[in-house]
Amino acid sequence: MVDIVFWIIVGITIGSAFMVVQSKSLLYSAYALLFTFVGVTGLYVFLWADFLAVVQIVVYVGGILVLIIFGIMLTNKITSVNISHASVQKGIGGVVVLGIIGVLGYMVFITPWNQLAATEPEQTSATIGRLLMMDYLLPFEVASLLLLGALIAATTLSRKEN
Amino acid sequence: MVVPLEHVIALSMILFSIGVLGVLFRRNAITIFMSIELMLNAVNLALVGFSRYYNSVDGQVFVFLVMTLAAAEVAVGLAIIIALYRNRQTVNIDEINLMKN
Repeated sequence: MVDIVFWIIVGITIGSAFMVVQSKSLLYSAYALLFTFVGVTGLYVFLWADFLAVVQIVVYVGGILVLIIFGIMLTNKITSVNISHASVQKGIGGVVVLGIIGVLGYMVFITPWNQLAATEPEQTSATIGRLLMMDYLLPFEVASLLLLGALIAATTLSRKEN
Repeated sequence: MVVPLEHVIALSMILFSIGVLGVLFRRNAITIFMSIELMLNAVNLALVGFSRYYNSVDGQVFVFLVMTLAAAEVAVGLAIIIALYRNRQTVNIDEINLMKN
Protein backbone atom coordinates (compact mmCIF):
# COMPACT_ATOMS: atom_id res chain seq x y z
CA MET A 1 0.00 0.00 0.00
CA VAL A 2 2.73 2.46 1.03
CA ASP A 3 4.75 1.36 -1.98
CA ILE A 4 1.87 2.23 -4.29
CA VAL A 5 1.57 5.69 -2.72
CA PHE A 6 5.31 6.21 -3.16
CA TRP A 7 5.25 5.32 -6.84
CA ILE A 8 2.16 7.48 -7.41
CA ILE A 9 4.01 10.43 -5.86
CA VAL A 10 7.07 9.71 -8.01
CA GLY A 11 4.85 9.59 -11.09
CA ILE A 12 3.16 12.88 -10.21
CA THR A 13 6.52 14.56 -9.58
CA ILE A 14 8.21 13.48 -12.80
CA GLY A 15 5.11 13.80 -14.97
CA SER A 16 4.29 17.30 -13.81
CA ALA A 17 7.96 18.35 -14.02
CA PHE A 18 7.89 17.28 -17.65
CA MET A 19 4.63 19.20 -18.12
CA VAL A 20 6.34 22.34 -16.79
CA VAL A 21 8.95 22.09 -19.49
CA GLN A 22 6.87 21.06 -22.48
CA SER A 23 3.51 22.75 -21.90
CA LYS A 24 2.60 25.32 -24.53
CA SER A 25 0.84 27.64 -22.11
CA LEU A 26 2.81 29.46 -19.43
CA LEU A 27 -0.04 29.30 -16.96
CA TYR A 28 -0.33 25.53 -17.37
CA SER A 29 3.40 25.30 -16.72
CA ALA A 30 2.93 27.20 -13.47
CA TYR A 31 0.09 24.90 -12.39
CA ALA A 32 2.17 21.83 -13.25
CA LEU A 33 4.96 23.30 -11.13
CA LEU A 34 2.51 23.29 -8.21
CA PHE A 35 2.12 19.52 -8.56
CA THR A 36 5.88 19.07 -8.78
CA PHE A 37 6.35 20.97 -5.53
CA VAL A 38 3.63 18.95 -3.82
CA GLY A 39 5.17 15.73 -5.14
CA VAL A 40 8.59 16.70 -3.79
CA THR A 41 6.90 17.46 -0.47
CA GLY A 42 5.52 13.93 -0.44
CA LEU A 43 9.01 12.56 -1.08
CA TYR A 44 10.36 14.61 1.83
CA VAL A 45 7.76 12.95 4.03
CA PHE A 46 8.96 9.55 2.82
CA LEU A 47 12.51 10.59 3.72
CA TRP A 48 11.42 11.64 7.23
CA ALA A 49 12.09 15.33 6.70
CA ASP A 50 8.90 16.53 8.37
CA PHE A 51 9.99 20.11 8.99
CA LEU A 52 11.26 20.56 5.44
CA ALA A 53 8.01 19.19 4.02
CA VAL A 54 6.08 21.96 5.74
CA VAL A 55 8.66 24.58 4.75
CA GLN A 56 8.51 23.37 1.16
CA ILE A 57 4.75 23.93 1.05
CA VAL A 58 4.97 27.33 2.76
CA VAL A 59 7.94 28.72 0.83
CA TYR A 60 7.57 27.15 -2.60
CA VAL A 61 3.82 26.87 -3.03
CA GLY A 62 2.87 29.84 -0.87
CA GLY A 63 5.68 32.14 -1.90
CA ILE A 64 7.63 31.29 -5.01
CA LEU A 65 4.78 29.88 -7.08
CA VAL A 66 2.51 32.81 -6.27
CA LEU A 67 5.32 35.18 -7.27
CA ILE A 68 5.81 33.33 -10.56
CA ILE A 69 2.09 33.44 -11.34
CA PHE A 70 2.13 37.17 -10.57
CA GLY A 71 5.04 37.50 -12.98
CA ILE A 72 3.11 35.67 -15.70
CA MET A 73 0.01 37.81 -15.16
CA LEU A 74 2.03 41.02 -15.23
CA THR A 75 4.03 40.23 -18.33
CA ASN A 76 1.33 38.64 -20.52
CA LYS A 77 -2.23 39.42 -21.34
CA ILE A 78 -4.36 36.94 -19.44
CA THR A 79 -6.79 36.62 -22.33
CA SER A 80 -4.13 35.25 -24.67
CA VAL A 81 -3.52 31.97 -22.89
CA ASN A 82 -1.64 30.53 -25.84
CA ILE A 83 1.50 32.57 -25.40
CA SER A 84 4.27 32.07 -27.90
CA HIS A 85 6.54 29.71 -26.14
CA ALA A 86 8.40 27.97 -28.90
CA SER A 87 11.56 25.97 -28.58
CA VAL A 88 14.94 27.02 -29.89
CA GLN A 89 18.07 25.04 -30.75
CA LYS A 90 16.69 21.58 -30.14
CA GLY A 91 19.71 19.77 -31.55
CA ILE A 92 22.46 21.28 -29.43
CA GLY A 93 20.21 21.35 -26.37
CA GLY A 94 19.41 17.65 -26.75
CA VAL A 95 23.08 16.75 -26.99
CA VAL A 96 23.90 18.80 -23.87
CA VAL A 97 21.03 17.22 -21.88
CA LEU A 98 22.06 13.70 -22.94
CA GLY A 99 25.64 14.51 -21.96
CA ILE A 100 24.54 15.70 -18.51
CA ILE A 101 22.41 12.58 -18.01
CA GLY A 102 25.37 10.43 -19.06
CA VAL A 103 27.87 12.14 -16.75
CA LEU A 104 25.47 12.12 -13.78
CA GLY A 105 24.44 8.52 -14.36
CA TYR A 106 28.06 7.38 -14.66
CA MET A 107 28.98 9.27 -11.48
CA VAL A 108 26.07 7.73 -9.58
CA PHE A 109 26.94 4.28 -10.91
CA ILE A 110 30.65 4.29 -10.02
CA THR A 111 30.34 5.94 -6.59
CA PRO A 112 30.19 3.47 -3.69
CA TRP A 113 27.29 4.75 -1.60
CA ASN A 114 28.05 3.40 1.85
CA GLN A 115 24.74 4.14 3.50
CA LEU A 116 24.18 3.57 7.19
CA ALA A 117 21.43 1.37 8.51
CA ALA A 118 18.09 3.15 8.64
CA THR A 119 17.21 4.44 12.09
CA GLU A 120 13.83 5.12 13.59
CA PRO A 121 12.12 8.29 12.36
CA GLU A 122 12.32 11.23 14.70
CA GLN A 123 11.16 14.84 14.62
CA THR A 124 13.77 16.98 12.95
CA SER A 125 12.62 20.51 13.76
CA ALA A 126 14.38 20.71 17.13
CA THR A 127 17.64 19.41 15.66
CA ILE A 128 17.46 21.78 12.69
CA GLY A 129 16.81 24.71 15.00
CA ARG A 130 19.77 23.81 17.18
CA LEU A 131 22.06 23.39 14.16
CA LEU A 132 20.94 26.71 12.65
CA MET A 133 21.53 28.60 15.89
CA MET A 134 24.85 26.96 16.77
CA ASP A 135 26.82 25.25 13.99
CA TYR A 136 25.39 27.16 11.06
CA LEU A 137 24.84 30.56 12.62
CA LEU A 138 27.03 32.43 10.12
CA PRO A 139 25.34 31.00 6.99
CA PHE A 140 22.00 31.72 8.65
CA GLU A 141 22.90 35.38 9.19
CA VAL A 142 24.34 35.69 5.68
CA ALA A 143 21.11 34.23 4.28
CA SER A 144 19.06 36.78 6.21
CA LEU A 145 21.24 39.62 4.87
CA LEU A 146 20.84 38.20 1.37
CA LEU A 147 17.05 38.13 1.76
CA LEU A 148 17.05 41.75 2.92
CA GLY A 149 19.22 42.73 -0.04
CA ALA A 150 16.99 40.83 -2.43
CA LEU A 151 13.86 42.53 -1.06
CA ILE A 152 15.36 46.00 -1.47
CA ALA A 153 16.70 45.12 -4.93
CA ALA A 154 13.34 43.77 -6.07
CA THR A 155 11.40 46.85 -4.98
CA THR A 156 14.00 49.16 -6.53
CA LEU A 157 14.02 47.27 -9.81
CA SER A 158 10.30 46.95 -10.30
CA ARG A 159 9.34 50.46 -9.19
CA LYS A 160 8.30 52.91 -11.87
CA GLU A 161 10.76 55.75 -12.28
CA ASN A 162 9.17 59.12 -11.72
CA MET B 1 8.55 1.90 3.87
CA VAL B 2 12.30 2.52 3.48
CA VAL B 3 13.01 4.26 0.21
CA PRO B 4 16.32 3.04 -1.26
CA LEU B 5 18.95 5.75 -1.68
CA GLU B 6 19.40 4.78 -5.34
CA HIS B 7 15.77 5.66 -6.05
CA VAL B 8 16.18 9.08 -4.50
CA ILE B 9 19.37 9.81 -6.47
CA ALA B 10 17.83 8.57 -9.73
CA LEU B 11 14.73 10.69 -9.17
CA SER B 12 16.82 13.72 -8.37
CA MET B 13 18.86 13.12 -11.52
CA ILE B 14 15.73 12.89 -13.67
CA LEU B 15 14.30 16.09 -12.18
CA PHE B 16 17.59 17.91 -12.72
CA SER B 17 17.78 16.78 -16.35
CA ILE B 18 14.21 17.95 -16.97
CA GLY B 19 15.19 21.31 -15.53
CA VAL B 20 18.23 21.55 -17.82
CA LEU B 21 15.98 20.61 -20.73
CA GLY B 22 13.67 23.50 -19.90
CA VAL B 23 16.48 26.01 -19.56
CA LEU B 24 17.99 25.00 -22.90
CA PHE B 25 14.82 24.49 -24.96
CA ARG B 26 12.51 27.27 -23.88
CA ARG B 27 12.91 30.90 -24.77
CA ASN B 28 10.41 32.47 -22.40
CA ALA B 29 12.27 33.88 -19.41
CA ILE B 30 9.57 32.81 -16.94
CA THR B 31 9.66 29.19 -18.14
CA ILE B 32 13.42 29.25 -17.71
CA PHE B 33 12.80 30.48 -14.19
CA MET B 34 10.48 27.59 -13.43
CA SER B 35 13.06 25.16 -14.81
CA ILE B 36 15.68 26.63 -12.48
CA GLU B 37 13.26 26.00 -9.61
CA LEU B 38 12.99 22.38 -10.80
CA MET B 39 16.77 22.02 -10.69
CA LEU B 40 16.95 23.53 -7.20
CA ASN B 41 14.27 21.10 -6.08
CA ALA B 42 16.22 18.19 -7.53
CA VAL B 43 19.31 19.18 -5.58
CA ASN B 44 17.24 19.63 -2.42
CA LEU B 45 15.81 16.15 -2.88
CA ALA B 46 19.29 14.64 -3.19
CA LEU B 47 20.44 16.52 -0.07
CA VAL B 48 17.46 15.29 1.95
CA GLY B 49 18.14 11.76 0.73
CA PHE B 50 21.76 11.92 1.81
CA SER B 51 20.84 13.42 5.17
CA ARG B 52 18.43 10.53 5.66
CA TYR B 53 20.93 7.80 4.81
CA TYR B 54 23.88 9.25 6.69
CA ASN B 55 21.78 9.81 9.82
CA SER B 56 22.69 13.47 9.98
CA VAL B 57 20.35 16.46 9.86
CA ASP B 58 23.04 18.79 8.45
CA GLY B 59 21.84 18.14 4.91
CA GLN B 60 18.39 19.43 5.83
CA VAL B 61 19.95 22.67 7.09
CA PHE B 62 21.56 23.08 3.66
CA VAL B 63 18.16 22.50 2.04
CA PHE B 64 16.72 25.22 4.26
CA LEU B 65 19.41 27.66 3.11
CA VAL B 66 18.90 26.67 -0.54
CA MET B 67 15.19 27.45 -0.17
CA THR B 68 16.06 30.91 1.20
CA LEU B 69 18.33 31.45 -1.79
CA ALA B 70 15.60 30.31 -4.18
CA ALA B 71 13.13 32.77 -2.69
CA ALA B 72 15.60 35.65 -3.01
CA GLU B 73 16.45 34.61 -6.55
CA VAL B 74 12.81 34.51 -7.61
CA ALA B 75 12.09 37.94 -6.12
CA VAL B 76 14.99 39.65 -7.89
CA GLY B 77 14.57 37.66 -11.10
CA LEU B 78 10.90 38.46 -11.48
CA ALA B 79 11.62 42.12 -10.77
CA ILE B 80 14.18 42.06 -13.60
CA ILE B 81 11.70 40.31 -15.92
CA ILE B 82 8.99 42.86 -15.18
CA ALA B 83 11.40 45.76 -15.69
CA LEU B 84 12.45 44.16 -18.97
CA TYR B 85 8.84 43.72 -20.07
CA ARG B 86 8.11 47.34 -19.29
CA ASN B 87 10.99 48.50 -21.48
CA ARG B 88 10.91 45.99 -24.35
CA GLN B 89 7.35 44.50 -24.26
CA THR B 90 8.76 40.98 -24.47
CA VAL B 91 10.15 38.31 -22.16
CA ASN B 92 11.54 36.08 -24.89
CA ILE B 93 15.25 35.81 -24.37
CA ASP B 94 16.05 35.58 -28.08
CA GLU B 95 14.41 38.96 -28.68
CA ILE B 96 16.39 40.64 -25.93
CA ASN B 97 19.60 41.29 -27.82
CA LEU B 98 20.35 44.87 -26.86
CA MET B 99 24.03 44.15 -26.28
CA LYS B 100 24.51 42.02 -29.38
CA ASN B 101 26.73 43.48 -32.14
